[in-house]
Amino acid sequence: MNAQSAPEQSAPERSGAKPNRILLPFTNQAISRRAFEAAIRLAHAEGSTIVPAFLARVPRNLPIESPLPAACAIGMPLLEAIEQRATAEGIPVDSRVSRGRTYRDALERLLEQEHFDRVIVSATDSPRQGLSQEDLGWLLGQVAAEVLILRPAPDDTRRITATGVHGHF
Amino acid sequence: MAAGVGKTYRMLLEGQAEKEAGRDVVVGLLETHGRVETQRIAEGLEILPRREIDYRGTLLEEMDLPGILRRAPDLCLIDELAHTNAPGLEHVKRYEDVEDVLAAGIDVLSTLNVQHLESLNDQVAELSGIRVRETIPDALLGHADDIVVVDLTPEELLERLRAGKVYPVERIDAALNNFFKIENLSALREVALRQVAEEVGQRRFAATTNVGSREETIASEAPRAVAERLLALVEPNPGAYRLVRRAWRSAQRLGTDLDLLWVRPPGTLSAEQENSLTALRQLASLLGARLIVEESDERARTIAAVAKRQRTTYILMGRARPPRGPARLRTPLPQQLMVLLPGVDVRIVADRAQRPTEEQE
Repeated sequence: MNAQSAPEQSAPERSGAKPNRILLPFTNQAISRRAFEAAIRLAHAEGSTIVPAFLARVPRNLPIESPLPAACAIGMPLLEAIEQRATAEGIPVDSRVSRGRTYRDALERLLEQEHFDRVIVSATDSPRQGLSQEDLGWLLGQVAAEVLILRPAPDDTRRITATGVHGHF
Repeated sequence: MAAGVGKTYRMLLEGQAEKEAGRDVVVGLLETHGRVETQRIAEGLEILPRREIDYRGTLLEEMDLPGILRRAPDLCLIDELAHTNAPGLEHVKRYEDVEDVLAAGIDVLSTLNVQHLESLNDQVAELSGIRVRETIPDALLGHADDIVVVDLTPEELLERLRAGKVYPVERIDAALNNFFKIENLSALREVALRQVAEEVGQRRFAATTNVGSREETIASEAPRAVAERLLALVEPNPGAYRLVRRAWRSAQRLGTDLDLLWVRPPGTLSAEQENSLTALRQLASLLGARLIVEESDERARTIAAVAKRQRTTYILMGRARPPRGPARLRTPLPQQLMVLLPGVDVRIVADRAQRPTEEQE
């Protein structure tokens, strides 16, 4: 993918309005490229800011405020990879991390703290990866933002991983 | 490091060596877990009998603290330092018994798994998913004259387990499916080796002395001179997270602590800044970094004061926007810091996303 120079001023900046914020939560070592590309397209069209958010699960036997160096070793390089790709596309990025007892709990805590205009998640066939079907149902029913859930598709194997930034950040 | 690596065996070997050297050695408490090798190496050592405690109709066997104090040997071997005693004894924990033994002038050799250290318990639980309830305060280890790490590669330990040298045959499958996984053992080994490295480093600091010849003084200051501590200069804005991640990665590689500093100009924060500050706090807490917020107009001087206080050796900062107007005449912050903090490295973190691609080059 070629790097493009950032647009001089996005539409909301020109009009003085606050840019929309698109939340892109992820839980694993990779994020669906379809979800990422959907977020990029929307952000381009609306002049939005992408907010990639690493959701970390804190084991029940640890205090909720515990540092999680092992989880961070997975999440931080991927945040970096997403940020680098989005910035190269000229999209502003404002990343986040959130902890919870479950991924849904972590997402809920983040949504309670901040306002997001859109949430983009990719549904998955694998129950072990990321947000479950129940979580997605909860997201659709309870969250005061436009929720975009991408159906599982054959090209979901195309993922953005942290491989490209290993040792470089 | 973990059960089965040979801690008790090593303790008994040391005890035998001390006995051969002429010291009066007894075994205050021995847990062989039925391991033949361990039982064999204990032969020839005086083993004090345990005392029986009746707890709600169940007979429990515990170490006989009054018996050890009466016997008053030169050296006492006491296995499983983190053990919790049966209710009704002199102390709740065995390490408290050991403190009594030491106070009576008796030397003690004891054993401990790394996950039993209080400060490492959370870390090990996160890495392995298994939390132990029996812990000892780290300070106790600090009082030890010597620490010996019994190290074994995870592969060797698993081999010992499969060969029935750690647990009886009927417990092997359960052990392999629970705690004795290669990733758990690798994590424990890493934690144990790091802990010892830190311990050795601290002892070298403690040995530092300001007396003696100039050469001795310089030599004793060497460990302090190479210990790193990182300070990342942040502001509550989206660009800060990238800097924090990079600083954290550097701190991980150097095996050192990370401080984050925001020199906040006096005045109230905008809602956007409040949000960013909350996010920054979350990130710092997740990474185990310390976020320091200082309110001041004098950025360079405040940074220098904090860096001196925290004994910072390495400052990381983002690239500042090009100054405009009269600000162009001011000395840039990195240069100011180099003057105020001689001997401290200053690193300006670039935005990797702005590197030109091969095609652009």
